[in-house]
Amino acid sequence: MNINLTLIGQTITFIIFVWFCMKFIWPPIMKALNERRKSIADGLAAAAEGQRERERGHQDAEQLIEQAKSQAQEIIAKAEKRGAEVVAEAKNEARTEGERIITAARGEVEMETNRAREQLRVQVATLAIAGAEQILSQEVDAKAHEQMLSDLAGNL
Amino acid sequence: MASGEPLTASGYIKHHLQNLTFGNHPENGWSIAHSAQEASEMGFIAFHLDSLFWSIVLGALFLLVFRIAAVRATSDTPGSFQNFIEWIIDFIEDNVRGSFSAKNDLIAPLALTLFVWVLLMNLMDLVPVDWIPEFAKLIGVEYMKVVPTTDPNITFGLSLSVFALMIYYSIKIKGLGGFLGELTLQPFGKYMMPVNLFLEGIALIAKPLSHSLRLFGNLYAGEMIFILIALLYSTNIVLGALGGVLQWAWAVFHVLIVLLQAFIFMVLTIVYLDMAHQKH
Repeated sequence: MNINLTLIGQTITFIIFVWFCMKFIWPPIMKALNERRKSIADGLAAAAEGQRERERGHQDAEQLIEQAKSQAQEIIAKAEKRGAEVVAEAKNEARTEGERIITAARGEVEMETNRAREQLRVQVATLAIAGAEQILSQEVDAKAHEQMLSDLAGNL
Repeated sequence: MASGEPLTASGYIKHHLQNLTFGNHPENGWSIAHSAQEASEMGFIAFHLDSLFWSIVLGALFLLVFRIAAVRATSDTPGSFQNFIEWIIDFIEDNVRGSFSAKNDLIAPLALTLFVWVLLMNLMDLVPVDWIPEFAKLIGVEYMKVVPTTDPNITFGLSLSVFALMIYYSIKIKGLGGFLGELTLQPFGKYMMPVNLFLEGIALIAKPLSHSLRLFGNLYAGEMIFILIALLYSTNIVLGALGGVLQWAWAVFHVLIVLLQAFIFMVLTIVYLDMAHQKH
């Protein structure tokens, strides 16, 4: 139990050990601990942010679906309207075409009638002359009566 | 069990309490002391090789283990070793934060070093008292005292260093005048200066004394009881068995003392240095 130089030796050892601990042990471990504390805090914040983000995304998606639905509704309505229009147009066209065909047919019929009438008129004139010749049983001066006959034919 | 001497109880105890001393003997010159007589004749110019050896080995072990943890330290998920080291660091950090109000980057590493180092030195007490000395005898070393904290040189080496830091920071923070004022102007005012100096001087000197003697005394007593229990082994089989039980029981109890004394030593260091940082 003598007090001797061991005391000094221990003191020097102590100083060196504390110096080493202060220089090479405490700071890196404290640094790691603080960094971890920070990264955990950051992680928790990020998780909370993610949660909010997800909710926002959910809402956005719902909104989009709503929009898409209403757009689809609109498109269907438009298509129905357009269909109705097309049918109406077709009807109109058909009607016009029909009328045109009828008009053309009428014109033709009239032309045919006129022609027939012309022919008939010529034939009637001839027939009349022949009839008159028969009735008179004599030669008639065709030239003398031609005026009268053509007047007659014109009255037909 | 000193070689050659007949085995007596007092010889056994004395042998266990003798350090391996290397010093300047007045007759033999620089040599290893072969008896307690020679060791004390060396006076101050001597080293306790065993105390210093174990103290340095255990301190180096502490530094090595913690250095590995410090190198591996990342902010990622820690492994179990990492976790254990960080748990100790957190414990020290909490204590320093709780008791030390000023800002000083030296205090926490100082407290860590003291706590773990003193704890490791104390734990040597739990190694059965004869193992290491008997092994040392086999390799030709005559004396081997394995618990450095049962050597007052070691505990005073620590407490006087802390005391020096106390004085240094007292003067640095309060100024020389402030420090001297603290010693002389309280508790009775300036007209009672000698009385104040006497009282405060005792209080000041008592700090390193009680600091180191508390640790030394507890561990020395514990070691002594282990040695006394070990004496039972050489009597007869009944007492030997009783000795086994007693040794186990005392070891369990001693774990508490070992931890507690290391903790107290650290806390007192923090508190003393905190007082040195207090401005009035």
